[in-house]
Amino acid sequence: MIGGLFIYNHKGEVLISRVYRDDIGRNAVDAFRVNVIHARQQVRSPVTNIARTSFFHVKRSNIWLAAVTKQNVNAAMVFEFLYKMCDVMTAYFSKISEENIKNNFVLIYELLDEILDFGYPQNSESGALKTFITQQGIKSQHHSKDEQSQITSQVTGQIGWRREGIKYRRNELFLDVLESVNLLMSPQGQVLSAHVSGRVVMKSYLSGMPECKFGMNDKIVIDKQQGKGATSDDSAKSGKQSIAIDDCTFHQCVRLSKFDSERSISFIPPDGDYELMRYRTTKDIILPFRVIPLVREVGRTKLEVKVVIKSNFKASLLAQKIEVRIPTPLNTSGVQVICMKGKAKYKASDNAIVWKIKRMAGMKESQISAEIELLPTNEKKKWTRPPISMNFEVPFAPSGLKVRYLKVFESKLNYSDHDVIKWVRYIGRSGIYETRC
Amino acid sequence: MQEWANQLCENRQFGSKMTDSKYFTTTKKGEIFELKAELNSDKKEKKKEAVKKVIASMTVGKDVSALFPDVVNCMQTDNLELKKLVYLYLMNYAKSQPDMAIMAVNTFVKDCEDPNPLIRALAVRTMGCIRVDKITEYLCEPLRKCLKDEDPYVRKTAAVCVAKLHDINAQLVEDQGFLDTLKDLISDSNPMVVANAVAALSEIAESHPNSNLLDLNPQSINKLLTALNECTEWGQIFILDCLANYTPRDDRESQSICERVTPRLSHANSAVVLSAVKVLMKFMEMLPKDLDYYGTLLKKLAPPLVTLLSAEPELQYVALRNINLIVQKRPEILKHEMKVFFVKYNDPIYVKLEKLDIMIRLASQANIAQVLAELKEYATEVDVDFVRKAVRAIGRCAIKVEQSAERCVSTLLDLIQTKVNYVVQEAIVVIKDIFRKYPNKYESVIATLCENLDSLDEPEARAAMIWIVGEYAERIDNADELLESFLEGFHDESTQVQLQLLTAIVKLFLKKPTETQELVQQVLSLATQDSDNPDLRDRGYIYWRLLSTDPVAAKEVVLAEKPLISEETDLIEPTLLEELICHIGTLASVYHKPPSAFVEGSRGVQHKRIPIRSGSGESSESQDTGGAPGATEAPAAVIPSQGDLLGDLLNLDLTPPTSTAGAPPGPPMPMGGMDLLGGGLDSLLGGDIGGSPSMGSGFGAPAAVMPSSLNAPVGGGLGDLFDLGGGVGMPMGTFVPPKTLWLPAMKGKGLEIMGTFARRAGVIQMEMTLTNKAMSVMTDFAIQFNRNSFGLAPAGPLQVPTPLSPNQTIDVSLPLNNGGPVMKMEPLNNLQVAVKNNIDVFYFSCQYPISMLFVEDGKMDRQVFLATWKDIPNENEAQFQINDCHLNSDAASNKLQGSNVFTIAKRTVEGQDMLYQSMKLTNGICVLTELRVQTGSPTYTVSLKCRAAEVSQCVFQCYEAALKN
Repeated sequence: MIGGLFIYNHKGEVLISRVYRDDIGRNAVDAFRVNVIHARQQVRSPVTNIARTSFFHVKRSNIWLAAVTKQNVNAAMVFEFLYKMCDVMTAYFSKISEENIKNNFVLIYELLDEILDFGYPQNSESGALKTFITQQGIKSQHHSKDEQSQITSQVTGQIGWRREGIKYRRNELFLDVLESVNLLMSPQGQVLSAHVSGRVVMKSYLSGMPECKFGMNDKIVIDKQQGKGATSDDSAKSGKQSIAIDDCTFHQCVRLSKFDSERSISFIPPDGDYELMRYRTTKDIILPFRVIPLVREVGRTKLEVKVVIKSNFKASLLAQKIEVRIPTPLNTSGVQVICMKGKAKYKASDNAIVWKIKRMAGMKESQISAEIELLPTNEKKKWTRPPISMNFEVPFAPSGLKVRYLKVFESKLNYSDHDVIKWVRYIGRSGIYETRC
Repeated sequence: MQEWANQLCENRQFGSKMTDSKYFTTTKKGEIFELKAELNSDKKEKKKEAVKKVIASMTVGKDVSALFPDVVNCMQTDNLELKKLVYLYLMNYAKSQPDMAIMAVNTFVKDCEDPNPLIRALAVRTMGCIRVDKITEYLCEPLRKCLKDEDPYVRKTAAVCVAKLHDINAQLVEDQGFLDTLKDLISDSNPMVVANAVAALSEIAESHPNSNLLDLNPQSINKLLTALNECTEWGQIFILDCLANYTPRDDRESQSICERVTPRLSHANSAVVLSAVKVLMKFMEMLPKDLDYYGTLLKKLAPPLVTLLSAEPELQYVALRNINLIVQKRPEILKHEMKVFFVKYNDPIYVKLEKLDIMIRLASQANIAQVLAELKEYATEVDVDFVRKAVRAIGRCAIKVEQSAERCVSTLLDLIQTKVNYVVQEAIVVIKDIFRKYPNKYESVIATLCENLDSLDEPEARAAMIWIVGEYAERIDNADELLESFLEGFHDESTQVQLQLLTAIVKLFLKKPTETQELVQQVLSLATQDSDNPDLRDRGYIYWRLLSTDPVAAKEVVLAEKPLISEETDLIEPTLLEELICHIGTLASVYHKPPSAFVEGSRGVQHKRIPIRSGSGESSESQDTGGAPGATEAPAAVIPSQGDLLGDLLNLDLTPPTSTAGAPPGPPMPMGGMDLLGGGLDSLLGGDIGGSPSMGSGFGAPAAVMPSSLNAPVGGGLGDLFDLGGGVGMPMGTFVPPKTLWLPAMKGKGLEIMGTFARRAGVIQMEMTLTNKAMSVMTDFAIQFNRNSFGLAPAGPLQVPTPLSPNQTIDVSLPLNNGGPVMKMEPLNNLQVAVKNNIDVFYFSCQYPISMLFVEDGKMDRQVFLATWKDIPNENEAQFQINDCHLNSDAASNKLQGSNVFTIAKRTVEGQDMLYQSMKLTNGICVLTELRVQTGSPTYTVSLKCRAAEVSQCVFQCYEAALKN
């Protein structure tokens, strides 16, 4: 299991050092600094073995978190734990920075004592932790006996992510479907790979211990229902579009065995913000934009670039924050750009022309053309054209996912599903959206 | 280190608000004294502040152990935050101040009785972390109570505490009966208690391999599966990892467990997913392939594996290393998912490299066009390592998918046209491999390759180019000029290039003898006279002799048809792969090494195996499915194949000994005859000439110079080779044979080395006696090995307490490991050693008994043995006879056990005892044997089976030596 956990600043000075196992000594702290943080070259692996000791590290801004072990630990678990550790710290003092870590070192030690015992990760849900590890530190001793046992049963219980007795005057929940659409397209317009990775993020402000059920237009569910219900298949034709989900993963509150057997998503939600599920689709993706590049080399010192972008969604919808990045060669000396819409600039520091458009409606087209002057070089290596990348945000889900319902049942308290105010929002963003040129 | 503490002084200015960082500011002298005063202050707040300062100093690495009594005094407090800080301090320093630590015991014991469960748990948790015997004694009673505490939070903490205590004092835990209590906790009503108990038991069980501590049976498995649905994500990981060690009784149980584990594949935590994959991959092996469920399961595995690739980059890396294994074991799972492994521009380099590896593994005729287009794209990226690997990958595609070879070659030619130096060089290296796979098919490209001759500056590329020129010398008009151009700087080239150049010129000579006589003579003299490298000289001499004695034989040997290279050169050995599959998700699967390779001590040394399906009533058929289905066709690449890819002639093509042994000492003997004897010829020819009395006369010159008394030692220098022929005097197991003379004083300019090998406590030791027979003092000893078959290398420097004065003798023992570079030697167990001192460098060669390499855990499971035996083709079987052995089979078995040869089963048929035995070499090669002992007959028969048939002879010698000692 994890033998020790160290946190370093960007210089490699240790900010937190907690050792759990006897086989890890102080020299491990220095070994990592010397061999990884101070190493000249780029990090070649997140797992490093130095003198039979394995170091797992992740970096958050310029803070290094390293877990150390001499055993054959579950590597995936160690990384998951490090991420979780970051989440917990963020939940307590927002940004993970050197200053925040120093200001909260006592708290961090307390957390490390609680969430890692002898190197075994324990309950690390920040919601539960906050009930008994507080920045004031001394809260716990004022708990009554009932409160104490409530804390312990929550920390160890089946519903470790939610405490009892939550009350809201207004029961409300916000559901965001956040998708990032990824594309790699050949210069000829052939889709080399495309997928949507989506997340359903919830903010729930619900009283008591509500039972929730979430439904979406999952093809398997809809096909099943239609098979059961109407005998005619015309409902399938006229009915709502359903989507094929390649795979999905759920927050630990979701009952996985139920999903496996009935494909229904039921859970008791944590309070506040959390990510209910992640999913991935690859079929029938709506690609919001198409990029058509045209690059012509005029002699050895000039390049002509023309890029057309086409929006491919309902004309009534508006895409926002559109940005196209057209890479330029390293020996670019000057660029002249003409674009019909938005603003375009050559950024020498990025070696790219950045073209920004604030808004663009669906079914439109826009174009940019640029002349790039090049310095003559004697370098043999030809310029390798990096792909043109794009950023945007659209108010729909490119996968086609639709939320069908989110039902809330709380039998003990007197509010029903109808009393809950529900908000649903779809946001589609570009992930890695590239067209080779 | 102090710097940031200082820096924090400045933060103080910001800090009218309360921040903890100010505690890091105390750096002035006398602070310990000041802290002492503050710690003893009456004011609670001040005390707490002081403890915080102490902890801050401790973090920074300062020694604040002097404050021990003062800090411990603060322990008695009702302030929980302060208590926790004191505990933190205690955990750090208790070991260095055991006597004072005892002061804390009372408080701990008291806290274990506290009404607040959080405090009870805190006390028992901390107590377990204090590794002081006296404290441990006091821990037992509170721990016993806490294990039965009414509060689950205390119980789950106590469960882990048992594992802590076991780590400190295993005997105590057993004596106190904590293990039974821990077992009971598996049936606890609280899922988290169950999970921690499972984690603790699994860890304890690891250090008691045969204890059956976990006692997994269908009932307890059922409990675990129930808890699996209810506990935290971490608990699920503990339980799944534990489940993976269980062997279901039959395919039905296996299926029902799989059914209950599959829902975990949708968990957001990647570690839960990977651990579930591990269980499924293992248990699947027991399901009949024609079962519908088997197909369903296969289909269910792909999507979660793909989803792992959208995790954070570090986890992607872990996932990719595991997918690499899964793809080798069961290629069908991901065969349609090629696209997800396409590299993204922004992927970190470690993710890119791993994706590339998997892409090649998944490449097939169906997707090769896409893959090639991608690879070509990658070959123009920035990162040099990545580009090289991409180019190499194109070559591997050509070798793997025959239909694509043409396209690959033309892609490579395109890349050569880019003139990017490292791309060109890499391309040439892989084109050489393509030539090896498809001889006489793509020579049209040679002209293009030759154009780039000048730009090659890396040894591997130069060697590859030279190989191509030599191989196709008859079709390249100016082959002689090309090779001659390399010859000019012969001594500046690396060994690889020199060897290749030597071979290429000899090939050229055999093909065009008339024009190239001068060239060949030049290279032979360069190789034999002016080089210090034994490999090069050896090869030079052998060519020289071959050419001068029997040109026809030379042609047959040197221009022999080379075996085609296999499709996949980098498949993991099937037994290792199986073991790694059992370790999915863990470090072993990230390193692609068994845990024993990187974990110290007893932990992790157990080898895990995939269970073999034993369905009811179809056992005969089931054993066939036991082997790795995906990988059986591919022969295990036991000794890395780069050597023979380069056409390492000596190893690859040399025909049996007879061709050289009988030959008269023909080659023109250069003046360095003395050097020759010492340097390499003995090792080169020893195996062959061993036992031939003509030896002395063959190399008459040196023998004549030597006084007769020294004849023996010189003979001894060669003697270890004679030994080999006879196979006697091999050190076996704990028995260490008398030392033999390795370096006679004559040759060592006064330094005499006698030596032998021993295996002690799992470590190979090279034991030497050094004697200074010269007149002057010897200092600065160092040792180096040439590459050898099993990568033996010194594990540390040679420790000689110098100076070694005249007539002084010392014994040194050098631990060896097998992490060195590997090259196949002839004979296999030959080791060439160079010893340096202040006078000179001396070379000698010796042979180690291969039993030194038998590892302690070479005992195979019966079923695995059976499956493996069947799996190894019959042509790999070798049979030997041992005469004059008067042991019965049990005594033989015991004797062999001492050398790590394990008897797995014994059968008696008609008065003949058959022993089935296995052993494993340090590099993972397994050798299986059947030893037949006829009662009353002194002749034994040994049948050996091994994927690497080359080792058979050596193993047999060890058998004989072991039985006769």
